[in-house]
Amino acid sequence: MENSALNIVVLVKYVPDAQFDRQLSGAAHALDRSESILSELDEYALEAALALTDARGGVKGGNTVTALTVGPASAAVAVKKSLQIGATQGLHVCDDALAGSDAWATSLVLAAAIKSLGPVDMVITGMASTDGETSIVPAQLSARLGLPQITFASALEVDGNTVTARRDGDEFSEEIQATLPALVSVTDQANDPRYPNFKGILAAKKKKVTTVSLTDLGISADAVGHAGSLTKVTAAAERPARTAGTIITDAGDAGIQLVDFLAAAKLI
Amino acid sequence: MSAIVVYIDQLDAPGKLSTTVRQLLTLARGAGEPVAVVAGPVAADVLADLGVYGVTRVLYSEQAELGQYLVAPKADLLAQAAAAVSASAVLVDNGAAGKEIAARTAVALNAGVITDAVSVTYDGGTLVAHKSILAGSWTVQAQAVSAVSVISVKAHSVEAGAAAEATSPAVEAVDVAFAPASLGARVVSRTPRAASGRPELEDARIIVAGGRGVDGDFSPIEELADVLGAAVGASRAATDAGWISHASQVGQTGKKVSPQLYISVGISGAIQQKAGMQTSKLIVAVNKDSESPIFEIADFGIVGDLFKVLPQAVEEIKKRRA
Repeated sequence: MENSALNIVVLVKYVPDAQFDRQLSGAAHALDRSESILSELDEYALEAALALTDARGGVKGGNTVTALTVGPASAAVAVKKSLQIGATQGLHVCDDALAGSDAWATSLVLAAAIKSLGPVDMVITGMASTDGETSIVPAQLSARLGLPQITFASALEVDGNTVTARRDGDEFSEEIQATLPALVSVTDQANDPRYPNFKGILAAKKKKVTTVSLTDLGISADAVGHAGSLTKVTAAAERPARTAGTIITDAGDAGIQLVDFLAAAKLI
Repeated sequence: MSAIVVYIDQLDAPGKLSTTVRQLLTLARGAGEPVAVVAGPVAADVLADLGVYGVTRVLYSEQAELGQYLVAPKADLLAQAAAAVSASAVLVDNGAAGKEIAARTAVALNAGVITDAVSVTYDGGTLVAHKSILAGSWTVQAQAVSAVSVISVKAHSVEAGAAAEATSPAVEAVDVAFAPASLGARVVSRTPRAASGRPELEDARIIVAGGRGVDGDFSPIEELADVLGAAVGASRAATDAGWISHASQVGQTGKKVSPQLYISVGISGAIQQKAGMQTSKLIVAVNKDSESPIFEIADFGIVGDLFKVLPQAVEEIKKRRA
């Protein structure tokens, strides 16, 4: 099988920066999305797509990497960063009705957006978003698209139209294989993501970003967001911040003091 | 009473019920009529054990596809069996595969799915999941608003307990109709990972974890872990350096643990590490850099050389036990 050009969709999410305090508020316990960035785990998905398409001649070879995001107007930042890193084009599903969508609603919108692009060879995602952290959207999306699911790939190869991945579980390391088209999620072990360079930042300004609404995708507003989600958060509480306890500097007996601490806590 | 389905994998380790499955069966019995859906064979011992937990019905499949392809065929089994018994809820263990089985089952059943539940309570007909989010900085209660709830539940959600009276479950074989795409991702080979003989990270009461500061030598960490009966964990810096298996990683992209005691050794304590361990009951930190952020969350911190402090602690524990 020859290595023909690939049409790849990469999911990118705009998430609150974990370096800052993250807050829930309001009756629906919604996440405050100011101070957001491209989810760092999505950079591994983008790198996987760029490495595969680079190996087949990049844009000149007819390959396409589409960065797809679902979210408010501000989420365009995630697409822009992806274009600077090297994605070919962007697709942004932008609609106020999306706020509060759970995995079920998010995967519904993603599936419709991907179908709107016509036939694709691969959908590549990160292993989790750094805000929701559930890791289940890739599985739900592959079920909705009827694509083979190869998730948590810590190594990835595509030869012809055969994709082979390594999935490292607790008991086994498995080799998984599928024929394209397929959906793949990659872990942070899969590669070393590239950074945007000056040339990439300039080139991104000329790249095409298509913005679509739920209506454009044929999805009713009450099928998504808080209204359409099949789960709801009924209570939320911020865990009291941990505070520093006793800090000592070793003066030759710190190991013994450690044992004293464990004994006092009845742990030995 | 409505049926609460518990998913049970008997393909990889057949012949016995895992601790987590026993906990899920206990949860299910408290909320409805527990029904077991088994991928793989139902051995006589397993059936008797299911009866001990009050299971009334067992639906199972031994179709070869369940083990030949990744995740999706198991979700087909679970969704079809849950529909056949008109389940109001489906409980699955929260491992990587368990979460994905839950996710796909939820799509098939038009059901809301909640992952990473640390406990599940029963509130007037509704299952309520309790979980930590945002790297352990918030706790939330969540529930499905659909006819069926799908919840993946972490270990230690409840103490497993036998039913007041054992049951004799009815056993039915299910003929699963697999979706074509479910047979798309084939498991070509499997390599067992070496067992350490130590407790699993998620099950451990005590974890001793090492980071960049161990500089390639995990032996002080392992010696302290062994004298405490603890599991060994690691930061991403240590696993990326190849000093220890990636399966030992604690953090945002590794295991998320909440032991009674987490001893952090030579780990600076960046947000990605804290995301995996800051819900631990007690945290002890040993690091030579007094500025390490780990000391901001440590109940007991030692600024010192781990290669001196840990061996001294090991000797002291042995001495006190002698």
